[in-house]
Amino acid sequence: MQVNENKDFEPVIVAFCCNWCSYAGADLSGTNRLNYPANVKIIRVPCSCRVNPMFILRAFQKGADGVILCGCHPGDCHYTSGNYYARRRMTLLFSMLDFLGIERDRTRVEWVSAAEGAKFAATMNEFVESVKKLGPNRRLEDLRCRKQ
Amino acid sequence: MQKAIIERAKQLLADGTVTRVIGWKKGDFAYDSTPAVFNSAEELDKDFIFDDFTASNVSKYLIKESQKEGKVLVFLKPCDTYSFNQLVKEHRINRENVYIVGIECYGKLDIEKIRAKGISGIQSVTNNDGTLTIETLYGTETMPAYEVMAERCLSCKSKKYVAYDELIGDDGEVMDSNRFDMVAQLEAMSSEERYNFWREQLSKCIRCNACRNVCPACSCERCVFDNDNSGIANKAPADSFEENMFHIIRAFHVAGRCTDCGECSRVCPQSIPLHLLNRKFIKDINELYGEYQAGADTDSRAPLTNYTQGDCEPSVVHERGVE
Repeated sequence: MQVNENKDFEPVIVAFCCNWCSYAGADLSGTNRLNYPANVKIIRVPCSCRVNPMFILRAFQKGADGVILCGCHPGDCHYTSGNYYARRRMTLLFSMLDFLGIERDRTRVEWVSAAEGAKFAATMNEFVESVKKLGPNRRLEDLRCRKQ
Repeated sequence: MQKAIIERAKQLLADGTVTRVIGWKKGDFAYDSTPAVFNSAEELDKDFIFDDFTASNVSKYLIKESQKEGKVLVFLKPCDTYSFNQLVKEHRINRENVYIVGIECYGKLDIEKIRAKGISGIQSVTNNDGTLTIETLYGTETMPAYEVMAERCLSCKSKKYVAYDELIGDDGEVMDSNRFDMVAQLEAMSSEERYNFWREQLSKCIRCNACRNVCPACSCERCVFDNDNSGIANKAPADSFEENMFHIIRAFHVAGRCTDCGECSRVCPQSIPLHLLNRKFIKDINELYGEYQAGADTDSRAPLTNYTQGDCEPSVVHERGVE
Protein backbone atom coordinates (compact mmCIF):
# COMPACT_ATOMS: atom_id res chain seq x y z
CA MET A 1 0.00 0.00 0.00
CA GLN A 2 1.45 3.33 -0.97
CA VAL A 3 1.22 6.23 1.45
CA ASN A 4 0.44 9.54 -0.10
CA GLU A 5 3.11 12.17 0.45
CA ASN A 6 0.95 15.02 -0.71
CA LYS A 7 -0.52 16.48 2.45
CA ASP A 8 -2.87 18.75 0.53
CA PHE A 9 -4.65 15.91 -1.19
CA GLU A 10 -8.40 16.19 -0.80
CA PRO A 11 -10.14 13.05 -1.95
CA VAL A 12 -13.48 12.98 -3.69
CA ILE A 13 -15.83 10.58 -1.96
CA VAL A 14 -19.09 9.44 -3.48
CA ALA A 15 -21.66 8.23 -1.00
CA PHE A 16 -24.70 6.40 -2.27
CA CYS A 17 -27.36 6.85 0.39
CA CYS A 18 -30.67 5.10 0.51
CA ASN A 19 -33.64 7.44 0.60
CA TRP A 20 -35.28 5.92 3.66
CA CYS A 21 -32.49 5.53 6.17
CA SER A 22 -29.07 6.85 5.33
CA TYR A 23 -30.15 9.96 3.48
CA ALA A 24 -32.32 10.86 6.44
CA GLY A 25 -29.37 10.00 8.67
CA ALA A 26 -27.22 12.45 6.73
CA ASP A 27 -29.97 15.01 7.13
CA LEU A 28 -30.08 14.41 10.85
CA SER A 29 -26.34 14.85 11.21
CA GLY A 30 -26.79 18.20 9.47
CA THR A 31 -29.63 19.39 11.68
CA ASN A 32 -27.60 18.28 14.69
CA ARG A 33 -24.73 20.50 13.50
CA LEU A 34 -22.32 17.58 13.33
CA ASN A 35 -19.32 18.05 11.11
CA TYR A 36 -18.33 15.79 8.29
CA PRO A 37 -15.94 16.65 5.46
CA ALA A 38 -17.12 18.44 2.35
CA ASN A 39 -15.30 15.79 0.29
CA VAL A 40 -18.36 13.58 0.55
CA LYS A 41 -20.76 13.92 -2.36
CA ILE A 42 -24.04 12.27 -1.58
CA ILE A 43 -26.13 10.60 -4.26
CA ARG A 44 -29.59 9.66 -3.12
CA VAL A 45 -30.89 6.31 -4.34
CA PRO A 46 -34.30 4.77 -3.65
CA CYS A 47 -32.74 1.74 -2.01
CA SER A 48 -29.20 0.46 -1.51
CA CYS A 49 -30.24 -2.32 -3.87
CA ARG A 50 -30.63 0.26 -6.64
CA VAL A 51 -26.88 0.57 -6.81
CA ASN A 52 -25.56 -1.57 -9.56
CA PRO A 53 -21.85 -2.42 -9.87
CA MET A 54 -21.65 -0.11 -12.84
CA PHE A 55 -22.51 2.87 -10.57
CA ILE A 56 -19.55 2.14 -8.36
CA LEU A 57 -17.17 1.78 -11.28
CA ARG A 58 -18.57 4.87 -12.98
CA ALA A 59 -18.00 6.90 -9.84
CA PHE A 60 -14.35 5.85 -9.91
CA GLN A 61 -14.17 6.65 -13.60
CA LYS A 62 -15.47 10.17 -13.10
CA GLY A 63 -12.91 10.95 -10.48
CA ALA A 64 -13.97 9.48 -7.14
CA ASP A 65 -11.18 8.32 -4.84
CA GLY A 66 -13.50 6.34 -2.63
CA VAL A 67 -17.06 5.07 -2.86
CA ILE A 68 -19.26 4.26 0.09
CA LEU A 69 -22.72 2.73 0.02
CA CYS A 70 -25.06 3.45 2.92
CA GLY A 71 -28.36 1.70 3.43
CA CYS A 72 -30.83 0.65 6.06
CA HIS A 73 -29.67 -1.90 8.59
CA PRO A 74 -30.31 -5.49 7.49
CA GLY A 75 -33.86 -6.29 8.47
CA ASP A 76 -34.96 -2.64 8.30
CA CYS A 77 -35.18 -2.21 4.52
CA HIS A 78 -38.14 -0.11 3.44
CA TYR A 79 -38.70 -2.68 0.70
CA THR A 80 -38.13 -5.61 3.07
CA SER A 81 -35.17 -7.24 1.38
CA GLY A 82 -33.35 -4.77 -0.87
CA ASN A 83 -30.33 -4.36 1.34
CA TYR A 84 -29.88 -8.11 1.64
CA TYR A 85 -29.40 -8.34 -2.12
CA ALA A 86 -27.18 -5.27 -2.11
CA ARG A 87 -25.06 -6.87 0.60
CA ARG A 88 -24.33 -9.95 -1.50
CA ARG A 89 -23.66 -7.95 -4.63
CA MET A 90 -21.31 -5.52 -2.99
CA THR A 91 -19.44 -8.26 -1.18
CA LEU A 92 -18.75 -9.98 -4.49
CA LEU A 93 -17.94 -6.75 -6.31
CA PHE A 94 -15.53 -5.54 -3.63
CA SER A 95 -13.89 -8.91 -3.55
CA MET A 96 -13.45 -8.73 -7.32
CA LEU A 97 -11.98 -5.22 -7.15
CA ASP A 98 -9.56 -6.49 -4.54
CA PHE A 99 -8.74 -9.44 -6.80
CA LEU A 100 -7.85 -7.02 -9.59
CA GLY A 101 -5.50 -5.20 -7.26
CA ILE A 102 -7.65 -2.14 -6.51
CA GLU A 103 -7.00 -0.97 -2.94
CA ARG A 104 -9.73 -2.48 -0.82
CA ASP A 105 -10.03 0.56 1.46
CA ARG A 106 -11.53 2.61 -1.34
CA THR A 107 -14.84 0.85 -1.10
CA ARG A 108 -17.10 0.36 1.85
CA VAL A 109 -20.66 -0.47 2.87
CA GLU A 110 -22.16 0.94 6.06
CA TRP A 111 -25.63 0.56 7.44
CA VAL A 112 -26.89 3.87 8.80
CA SER A 113 -30.43 4.33 10.05
CA ALA A 114 -32.43 7.57 9.99
CA ALA A 115 -31.76 8.00 13.71
CA GLU A 116 -27.99 7.62 13.41
CA GLY A 117 -26.89 11.12 12.47
CA ALA A 118 -23.85 10.80 14.69
CA LYS A 119 -22.88 7.48 13.12
CA PHE A 120 -23.18 8.99 9.66
CA ALA A 121 -20.84 11.85 10.50
CA ALA A 122 -18.38 9.55 12.27
CA THR A 123 -18.37 7.05 9.39
CA MET A 124 -17.72 9.77 6.83
CA ASN A 125 -14.93 11.34 8.87
CA GLU A 126 -13.28 7.98 9.24
CA PHE A 127 -13.72 6.98 5.60
CA VAL A 128 -12.36 10.27 4.27
CA GLU A 129 -9.33 9.87 6.54
CA SER A 130 -8.62 6.37 5.32
CA VAL A 131 -8.95 7.34 1.64
CA LYS A 132 -6.75 10.37 2.25
CA LYS A 133 -4.04 8.00 3.44
CA LEU A 134 -4.37 5.93 0.27
CA GLY A 135 -3.87 8.92 -1.96
CA PRO A 136 -5.51 9.59 -5.31
CA ASN A 137 -7.18 6.74 -7.12
CA ARG A 138 -4.74 5.70 -9.81
CA ARG A 139 -5.50 2.06 -10.40
CA LEU A 140 -9.13 2.48 -11.39
CA GLU A 141 -9.14 5.94 -12.87
CA ASP A 142 -9.94 7.06 -16.36
CA LEU A 143 -7.12 9.33 -17.50
CA ARG A 144 -9.47 11.20 -19.79
CA CYS A 145 -11.52 12.25 -16.78
CA ARG A 146 -8.59 13.36 -14.63
CA LYS A 147 -8.84 16.93 -13.38
CA GLN A 148 -5.72 18.93 -14.11
CA MET B 1 -17.40 -41.92 -32.31
CA GLN B 2 -18.12 -39.56 -35.19
CA LYS B 3 -19.63 -42.45 -37.14
CA ALA B 4 -21.94 -43.42 -34.28
CA ILE B 5 -23.08 -39.83 -33.86
CA ILE B 6 -23.86 -39.34 -37.54
CA GLU B 7 -25.72 -42.67 -37.64
CA ARG B 8 -27.86 -41.74 -34.68
CA ALA B 9 -28.55 -38.27 -36.10
CA LYS B 10 -29.68 -39.83 -39.38
CA GLN B 11 -32.00 -42.26 -37.61
CA LEU B 12 -33.62 -39.47 -35.60
CA LEU B 13 -34.02 -37.35 -38.73
CA ALA B 14 -35.48 -40.30 -40.65
CA ASP B 15 -38.06 -41.30 -38.03
CA GLY B 16 -39.20 -37.71 -37.69
CA THR B 17 -38.21 -37.22 -34.05
CA VAL B 18 -36.25 -34.15 -35.04
CA THR B 19 -36.22 -31.86 -38.06
CA ARG B 20 -32.69 -30.55 -37.81
CA VAL B 21 -29.41 -31.12 -36.03
CA ILE B 22 -27.00 -28.79 -34.30
CA GLY B 23 -23.43 -29.98 -34.40
CA TRP B 24 -20.05 -29.09 -35.75
CA LYS B 25 -19.06 -28.49 -39.30
CA LYS B 26 -15.68 -29.11 -40.92
CA GLY B 27 -13.56 -26.03 -41.28
CA ASP B 28 -10.76 -25.24 -43.69
CA PHE B 29 -8.24 -26.96 -41.45
CA ALA B 30 -8.33 -30.07 -39.32
CA TYR B 31 -8.69 -28.00 -36.16
CA ASP B 32 -11.16 -25.22 -36.89
CA SER B 33 -14.59 -26.77 -36.85
CA THR B 34 -17.52 -24.39 -36.37
CA PRO B 35 -20.99 -24.92 -34.95
CA ALA B 36 -23.64 -25.44 -37.62
CA VAL B 37 -27.22 -26.52 -38.23
CA PHE B 38 -27.76 -29.55 -40.48
CA ASN B 39 -31.08 -30.18 -42.19
CA SER B 40 -30.59 -33.48 -43.99
CA ALA B 41 -28.70 -36.76 -44.00
CA GLU B 42 -26.70 -35.59 -47.02
CA GLU B 43 -25.51 -32.50 -45.20
CA LEU B 44 -24.51 -34.62 -42.23
CA ASP B 45 -22.49 -36.96 -44.44
CA LYS B 46 -20.80 -34.10 -46.17
CA ASP B 47 -19.78 -31.78 -43.35
CA PHE B 48 -20.55 -33.13 -39.89
CA ILE B 49 -17.48 -33.61 -37.77
CA PHE B 50 -16.76 -34.69 -34.23
CA ASP B 51 -13.19 -34.90 -33.07
CA ASP B 52 -10.75 -33.57 -30.49
CA PHE B 53 -11.20 -29.99 -31.69
CA THR B 54 -14.99 -29.74 -31.70
CA ALA B 55 -14.86 -27.85 -28.44
CA SER B 56 -17.56 -25.25 -28.91
CA ASN B 57 -20.41 -25.28 -26.48
CA VAL B 58 -23.44 -25.29 -28.78
CA SER B 59 -26.07 -24.85 -26.08
CA LYS B 60 -26.32 -21.10 -26.70
CA TYR B 61 -27.55 -21.64 -30.26
CA LEU B 62 -30.59 -23.39 -28.83
CA ILE B 63 -31.98 -20.08 -27.60
CA LYS B 64 -32.87 -19.18 -31.18
CA GLU B 65 -33.21 -22.70 -32.57
CA SER B 66 -35.63 -23.97 -29.91
CA GLN B 67 -38.04 -21.13 -30.64
CA LYS B 68 -38.52 -22.35 -34.19
CA GLU B 69 -40.97 -24.93 -35.42
CA GLY B 70 -40.06 -28.58 -34.92
CA LYS B 71 -37.64 -30.38 -32.69
CA VAL B 72 -33.93 -29.86 -32.87
CA LEU B 73 -31.33 -32.49 -32.12
CA VAL B 74 -28.30 -31.34 -30.24
CA PHE B 75 -25.11 -33.06 -29.20
CA LEU B 76 -23.86 -31.93 -25.83
CA LYS B 77 -20.72 -32.73 -23.90
CA PRO B 78 -21.11 -33.08 -20.13
CA CYS B 79 -19.99 -29.50 -19.44
CA ASP B 80 -22.37 -28.19 -22.13
CA THR B 81 -25.32 -29.78 -20.35
CA TYR B 82 -24.74 -27.45 -17.40
CA SER B 83 -25.04 -24.42 -19.67
CA PHE B 84 -28.12 -25.97 -21.21
CA ASN B 85 -29.74 -26.48 -17.81
CA GLN B 86 -28.96 -22.96 -16.78
CA LEU B 87 -30.63 -21.61 -19.92
CA VAL B 88 -33.68 -23.79 -19.34
CA LYS B 89 -33.83 -22.45 -15.80
CA GLU B 90 -33.81 -18.90 -17.12
CA HIS B 91 -36.58 -19.76 -19.58
CA ARG B 92 -34.39 -19.00 -22.55
CA ILE B 93 -34.66 -22.45 -24.11
CA ASN B 94 -37.89 -24.21 -24.95
CA ARG B 95 -37.03 -27.65 -23.54
CA GLU B 96 -39.92 -29.32 -25.44
CA ASN B 97 -38.29 -28.51 -28.74
CA VAL B 98 -34.92 -30.00 -27.96
CA TYR B 99 -33.71 -33.57 -28.15
CA ILE B 100 -30.38 -33.96 -26.38
CA VAL B 101 -27.90 -36.68 -27.09
CA GLY B 102 -25.08 -36.65 -24.58
CA ILE B 103 -21.71 -37.50 -26.04
CA GLU B 104 -18.64 -38.65 -24.25
CA CYS B 105 -15.78 -36.27 -23.78
CA TYR B 106 -12.20 -37.07 -22.85
CA GLY B 107 -11.05 -33.47 -23.01
CA LYS B 108 -10.52 -31.28 -26.03
CA LEU B 109 -7.23 -30.18 -27.51
CA ASP B 110 -5.88 -26.67 -27.71
CA ILE B 111 -4.39 -25.91 -31.10
CA GLU B 112 -2.36 -23.04 -29.64
CA LYS B 113 -0.62 -25.47 -27.33
CA ILE B 114 0.29 -27.69 -30.28
CA ARG B 115 1.63 -24.69 -32.15
CA ALA B 116 3.57 -23.62 -29.08
CA LYS B 117 5.51 -26.88 -29.39
CA GLY B 118 6.82 -25.62 -32.69
CA ILE B 119 4.58 -27.78 -34.83
CA SER B 120 3.27 -26.10 -37.95
CA GLY B 121 1.70 -27.11 -41.25
CA ILE B 122 -0.74 -29.40 -39.47
CA GLN B 123 -2.66 -31.65 -41.85
CA SER B 124 -4.47 -33.98 -39.50
CA VAL B 125 -4.53 -35.01 -35.88
CA THR B 126 -5.57 -38.47 -34.78
CA ASN B 127 -6.00 -39.63 -31.24
CA ASN B 128 -5.36 -43.24 -30.32
CA ASP B 129 -6.23 -43.79 -26.68
CA GLY B 130 -4.46 -40.68 -25.52
CA THR B 131 -1.59 -40.66 -27.99
CA LEU B 132 -1.74 -38.08 -30.72
CA THR B 133 -0.37 -38.62 -34.18
CA ILE B 134 0.01 -35.30 -35.93
CA GLU B 135 0.57 -35.35 -39.66
CA THR B 136 2.26 -32.18 -40.81
CA LEU B 137 3.69 -30.94 -44.09
CA TYR B 138 7.09 -31.67 -42.63
CA GLY B 139 6.52 -35.16 -41.26
CA THR B 140 4.77 -36.95 -38.45
CA GLU B 141 4.86 -36.09 -34.77
CA THR B 142 3.52 -38.04 -31.82
CA MET B 143 2.81 -36.87 -28.30
CA PRO B 144 0.56 -37.65 -25.34
CA ALA B 145 -2.78 -35.86 -25.65
CA TYR B 146 -2.73 -34.42 -22.12
CA GLU B 147 0.28 -32.28 -23.00
CA VAL B 148 -1.77 -30.21 -25.41
CA MET B 149 -5.15 -30.47 -23.80
CA ALA B 150 -7.16 -27.29 -23.31
CA GLU B 151 -6.62 -25.68 -19.92
CA ARG B 152 -10.27 -25.98 -18.97
CA CYS B 153 -10.27 -29.71 -19.72
CA LEU B 154 -7.26 -30.32 -17.50
CA SER B 155 -9.37 -29.07 -14.60
CA CYS B 156 -12.63 -30.68 -15.75
CA LYS B 157 -15.32 -30.31 -13.11
CA SER B 158 -17.72 -33.00 -14.22
CA LYS B 159 -18.21 -35.90 -16.60
CA LYS B 160 -21.80 -36.20 -15.49
CA TYR B 161 -24.66 -35.21 -17.78
CA VAL B 162 -27.20 -33.05 -16.00
CA ALA B 163 -29.66 -33.02 -18.89
CA TYR B 164 -30.13 -35.54 -21.69
CA ASP B 165 -32.63 -37.63 -23.58
CA GLU B 166 -30.19 -40.34 -24.47
CA LEU B 167 -26.49 -40.97 -24.21
CA ILE B 168 -23.85 -42.28 -26.53
CA GLY B 169 -21.36 -43.77 -24.09
CA ASP B 170 -21.68 -43.86 -20.33
CA ASP B 171 -22.68 -41.30 -17.76
CA GLY B 172 -19.78 -40.08 -15.67
CA GLU B 173 -19.41 -38.44 -12.30
CA VAL B 174 -18.79 -35.02 -10.84
CA MET B 175 -15.06 -34.79 -10.39
CA ASP B 176 -12.75 -33.23 -7.85
CA SER B 177 -11.05 -30.60 -9.85
CA ASN B 178 -8.22 -28.25 -9.11
CA ARG B 179 -9.91 -25.42 -10.96
CA PHE B 180 -9.55 -22.87 -8.16
CA ASP B 181 -5.81 -23.33 -7.74
CA MET B 182 -4.83 -20.42 -9.93
CA VAL B 183 -7.38 -18.13 -8.29
CA ALA B 184 -6.01 -19.09 -4.89
CA GLN B 185 -2.49 -18.39 -6.09
CA LEU B 186 -3.50 -14.91 -7.20
CA GLU B 187 -5.32 -14.29 -3.95
CA ALA B 188 -2.14 -15.07 -2.07
CA MET B 189 -0.23 -12.39 -3.95
CA SER B 190 0.03 -8.80 -2.78
CA SER B 191 -2.39 -6.25 -4.12
CA GLU B 192 0.40 -4.69 -6.16
CA GLU B 193 1.32 -8.01 -7.79
CA ARG B 194 -2.28 -8.76 -8.61
CA TYR B 195 -2.70 -5.32 -10.09
CA ASN B 196 0.33 -5.85 -12.31
CA PHE B 197 -0.79 -9.32 -13.31
CA TRP B 198 -4.20 -8.10 -14.42
CA ARG B 199 -2.87 -4.99 -16.10
CA GLU B 200 -0.61 -7.20 -18.17
CA GLN B 201 -3.49 -9.50 -19.07
CA LEU B 202 -6.34 -7.06 -19.57
CA SER B 203 -4.29 -4.54 -21.52
CA LYS B 204 -4.16 -7.15 -24.31
CA CYS B 205 -7.91 -6.85 -24.75
CA ILE B 206 -8.97 -5.65 -28.21
CA ARG B 207 -12.66 -5.54 -27.27
CA CYS B 208 -13.64 -7.96 -29.99
CA ASN B 209 -16.51 -9.01 -27.68
CA ALA B 210 -15.91 -12.67 -28.52
CA CYS B 211 -16.04 -13.60 -24.83
CA ARG B 212 -19.42 -11.96 -24.50
CA ASN B 213 -20.83 -13.35 -27.72
CA VAL B 214 -19.85 -16.93 -27.07
CA CYS B 215 -20.92 -17.05 -23.43
CA PRO B 216 -24.09 -19.11 -22.90
CA ALA B 217 -24.87 -17.02 -19.81
CA CYS B 218 -24.49 -13.73 -21.72
CA SER B 219 -27.73 -14.04 -23.61
CA CYS B 220 -29.44 -10.68 -23.16
CA GLU B 221 -31.18 -9.43 -26.27
CA ARG B 222 -29.56 -6.07 -25.71
CA CYS B 223 -26.31 -5.89 -23.85
CA VAL B 224 -25.34 -2.97 -21.60
CA PHE B 225 -22.19 -2.57 -23.65
CA ASP B 226 -24.22 -1.96 -26.80
CA ASN B 227 -25.60 1.15 -25.18
CA ASP B 228 -23.86 4.25 -26.49
CA ASN B 229 -24.35 5.89 -23.12
CA SER B 230 -22.69 3.06 -21.21
CA GLY B 231 -19.61 5.21 -20.87
CA ILE B 232 -17.37 2.72 -22.58
CA ALA B 233 -16.94 2.57 -26.29
CA ASN B 234 -17.63 -0.52 -28.34
CA LYS B 235 -14.12 -0.70 -29.71
CA ALA B 236 -10.57 -1.22 -28.55
CA PRO B 237 -10.32 0.33 -25.09
CA ALA B 238 -8.90 3.83 -25.06
CA ASP B 239 -8.07 3.73 -21.39
CA SER B 240 -7.10 1.09 -18.87
CA PHE B 241 -10.29 1.93 -17.04
CA GLU B 242 -12.39 0.66 -19.93
CA GLU B 243 -10.57 -2.66 -19.92
CA ASN B 244 -11.18 -3.08 -16.20
CA MET B 245 -14.76 -1.95 -16.42
CA PHE B 246 -15.64 -4.21 -19.33
CA HIS B 247 -14.16 -7.30 -17.75
CA ILE B 248 -15.48 -6.66 -14.25
CA ILE B 249 -18.98 -6.04 -15.53
CA ARG B 250 -18.88 -8.93 -17.96
CA ALA B 251 -17.90 -11.31 -15.20
CA PHE B 252 -20.31 -9.75 -12.72
CA HIS B 253 -23.27 -10.10 -15.04
CA VAL B 254 -22.74 -13.84 -15.19
CA ALA B 255 -21.84 -14.24 -11.51
CA GLY B 256 -23.95 -16.97 -9.98
CA ARG B 257 -25.02 -18.10 -13.46
CA CYS B 258 -21.67 -18.97 -14.95
CA THR B 259 -21.30 -22.74 -15.18
CA ASP B 260 -17.55 -22.42 -15.74
CA CYS B 261 -17.64 -23.93 -19.22
CA GLY B 262 -14.51 -21.97 -20.11
CA GLU B 263 -15.68 -20.78 -23.53
CA CYS B 264 -14.64 -17.18 -22.81
CA SER B 265 -10.99 -18.11 -22.47
CA ARG B 266 -11.13 -20.54 -25.37
CA VAL B 267 -12.31 -17.95 -27.87
CA CYS B 268 -10.17 -15.08 -26.64
CA PRO B 269 -7.85 -14.21 -29.54
CA GLN B 270 -5.47 -12.56 -27.08
CA SER B 271 -5.39 -15.56 -24.70
CA ILE B 272 -6.54 -13.59 -21.68
CA PRO B 273 -7.39 -16.02 -18.84
CA LEU B 274 -10.93 -14.68 -18.51
CA HIS B 275 -12.17 -17.79 -16.76
CA LEU B 276 -10.15 -16.70 -13.71
CA LEU B 277 -12.51 -13.78 -13.20
CA ASN B 278 -15.52 -16.07 -13.39
CA ARG B 279 -13.89 -18.59 -11.12
CA LYS B 280 -13.12 -15.89 -8.58
CA PHE B 281 -16.84 -15.19 -8.33
CA ILE B 282 -17.66 -18.89 -8.14
CA LYS B 283 -15.04 -19.42 -5.46
CA ASP B 284 -16.34 -16.48 -3.42
CA ILE B 285 -19.92 -17.68 -3.74
CA ASN B 286 -18.91 -21.18 -2.65
CA GLU B 287 -17.00 -19.89 0.32
CA LEU B 288 -19.41 -17.20 1.48
CA TYR B 289 -22.85 -18.47 0.55
CA GLY B 290 -22.41 -22.22 0.31
CA GLU B 291 -21.45 -24.53 -2.52
CA TYR B 292 -23.33 -23.71 -5.67
CA GLN B 293 -22.92 -25.08 -9.16
CA ALA B 294 -24.88 -23.13 -11.75
CA GLY B 295 -26.76 -25.40 -14.12
CA ALA B 296 -26.61 -28.46 -11.87
CA ASP B 297 -30.40 -28.28 -11.54
CA THR B 298 -33.26 -26.26 -12.97
CA ASP B 299 -35.08 -25.11 -9.85
CA SER B 300 -32.70 -23.78 -7.18
CA ARG B 301 -32.36 -20.04 -6.58
CA ALA B 302 -29.20 -18.44 -7.85
CA PRO B 303 -26.95 -17.00 -5.14
CA LEU B 304 -27.37 -13.41 -6.29
CA THR B 305 -31.16 -13.59 -6.35
CA ASN B 306 -31.22 -15.08 -2.91
CA TYR B 307 -30.13 -14.07 0.58
CA THR B 308 -30.10 -15.15 4.18
CA GLN B 309 -30.35 -12.86 7.16
CA GLY B 310 -27.03 -14.06 8.45
CA ASP B 311 -24.99 -13.32 5.31
CA CYS B 312 -21.52 -11.96 5.87
CA GLU B 313 -20.97 -8.20 5.67
CA PRO B 314 -19.02 -6.75 2.72
CA SER B 315 -16.24 -5.92 5.18
CA VAL B 316 -15.35 -9.62 5.01
CA VAL B 317 -13.26 -8.64 1.98
CA HIS B 318 -11.09 -6.44 4.22
CA GLU B 319 -10.84 -9.02 6.94
CA ARG B 320 -9.75 -12.03 4.97
CA GLY B 321 -7.27 -10.25 2.71
CA VAL B 322 -3.50 -10.56 3.05
CA GLU B 323 -1.07 -7.66 3.67
